Amino acid sequence: AAMEVPLSHGLASRAAALATAYLCYRRGSPGRGLALRSLRRARRQDISDVGHKYYLELELEDVLDKDSTVNCTAEVLYHLGNKNIAPDVQFTLEGELKNTDEADNIFYNRIKSLEKELVAENIPDSHGNVPPEMEPIHLLAWVASGYVIWQNSTENTKFQLAQIKHVKQVKRSDEYLEFDYMILLHDMVSQEIIPWQMTVLWHPQHGVQVTQDSRQPKHESG
Amino acid sequence: TSTMKLILIFSALFGASLCLETFVGHQVLRIKTRNEEEVKQLQLLESLEHLELDFWINPSTAAVPVDVRIPANNVQAVKAFLESHGIEYSILIEDLQVVLDKEKEDMAYSQQRERSSNSFNYGIYHTLDSIYTELDHLASEYSNIVSKLQIGQSYEKRPLYVLKFSTGGRNRPAIWLDAGIHSREWVTQASAIWIAKKIASDYGNDPSITSLLNKMDIFLLTVSNPDGYVFTHTTNRMWRKTRSRNPGSLCVGVDPNRNWDAGFGGPGASSNPCSDSYRGPSANSEVEVRSVVNFIKNHGNIRAFLTLHSYSQLLMYPYGYKCTQPADYAELDALGRAAARSIRSLYGTTFTVGSICTTIYQASGGSIDWSYDYGIKYSFAFELRDTGRYGFVLPASQIIPTAEETWLGLKKIMEHVRDNPY
Repeated sequence: AAMEVPLSHGLASRAAALATAYLCYRRGSPGRGLALRSLRRARRQDISDVGHKYYLELELEDVLDKDSTVNCTAEVLYHLGNKNIAPDVQFTLEGELKNTDEADNIFYNRIKSLEKELVAENIPDSHGNVPPEMEPIHLLAWVASGYVIWQNSTENTKFQLAQIKHVKQVKRSDEYLEFDYMILLHDMVSQEIIPWQMTVLWHPQHGVQVTQDSRQPKHESG
Repeated sequence: TSTMKLILIFSALFGASLCLETFVGHQVLRIKTRNEEEVKQLQLLESLEHLELDFWINPSTAAVPVDVRIPANNVQAVKAFLESHGIEYSILIEDLQVVLDKEKEDMAYSQQRERSSNSFNYGIYHTLDSIYTELDHLASEYSNIVSKLQIGQSYEKRPLYVLKFSTGGRNRPAIWLDAGIHSREWVTQASAIWIAKKIASDYGNDPSITSLLNKMDIFLLTVSNPDGYVFTHTTNRMWRKTRSRNPGSLCVGVDPNRNWDAGFGGPGASSNPCSDSYRGPSANSEVEVRSVVNFIKNHGNIRAFLTLHSYSQLLMYPYGYKCTQPADYAELDALGRAAARSIRSLYGTTFTVGSICTTIYQASGGSIDWSYDYGIKYSFAFELRDTGRYGFVLPASQIIPTAEETWLGLKKIMEHVRDNPY
């Protein structure tokens, strides 16, 4: 049987963060990032020999338009023992997300028509600034990091994208856009900052894909 | 207009980041279309990619003028096109590069002015030196109630400065408030200096703060970890720990909030010097921690211990090193909730209230566990904005709103401390 978890409890907030990251990966785009507005309800079930399952009711917001929110139910199953299996996440959105076709197409065409490959660093910068033209690049990383977060989460981690250290566009002959990102993930539980490389593919009709990703070693002295 | 200047700066920055050319000779025209036919002509123009036109306002309806930036070598061609179709335009900017150069000059000038005059901008992030200069300024401008004390030195020999807010008396009951123990949490040092100014200027004007300072003192450590803070400016924005050398390791620094003598060595802190939650070789090994402990012990009459962190929007009481409730759980939880309501009243920002252990994680060697077990009943740790969208790199535009709402929460707690002597 599933037991209620107090909403303030760390375990509930970790499961909610994971569900949000996964959802953002599945539904996000350079024109739409989703973040957790509030956790409404959380229940936890201990399934012998399988793992721990959370039943969540979430309210999500569009990061570009805080007034645009959507409710969601999600189930998160953390597998017992084997730390190499990503948690199972399922969700149901109640209602529609804003259509971002126009913004996505504008961004797509803008990048496709660049003569030199896009290169950028430190997004946001130390002071939290993101130039407006870089916001879709920022959101794309936010969405793609949802995949990395999902694949690497356990009940003892709570990841957020801390910063994009470096991003470089990779020109392709096909219709996809490709970006090579070096990001920093922050794990709230261990407080570690983890550099992570990810190769991201995107097309307005085909969604976001992370085709390759790898954890990078930390710089020791600083 | 300032919106236009913002667009200019972002365009220039975007241009610079894409390694585009400068804007010498580029002109910005404002085109006043009179009917749908003229709008269509402009949309035709827009489709001619070789002209490299940059529409700041796109042609959509006749009612709205169209602003467009034209590269130098295409200016004449575009003007000829407009004139031949009888479309009215005016020149908004003759040479964009001239405007950008002037803008850069202006920004440098006002930064320079800020340095030389006394207008400290609380809405931006500052260097350590700049914060330390402002501490002196506050102590001088409000010398009747504010004084600056040095309670020690950091590992790299930087002074640890505390502002004392006092209207007199000898060793009055006092409230301790610190910020920036984890150096990457920039909104905390920034909020602390705003709060210093707020307390100083509210005395004599706000009845609550006036009555508080008539009975109690406040000690405010705005930068608890100056070495780390400088390092976040010069080298690694994400640095958390102190900068002390660890013998036998290449890794530097100790997590100062795992170094207090509270459950030290227990779960929730690392024994690995390379970890961001390394507890250190022993409790109080870090001079930054020891200095505060000594100050509090020597003072002997501290009644509340409040510490600022970011991010997550949490308001927490002990314990972190164990998951059992403190003896004063009911009162601390109720007071925490009241403070969270005060915070929310301003901008709707929600803080979650609970003990450290249940709300985030088990963590040993934390400061409010030490202060609580030492006898300081009102021990609270705040995690300020946001909840992860920007995390540590919170935009500067959120500094003042964060400081304002946080102050309401702190004030609620301070008023309770004032009204409930123990």
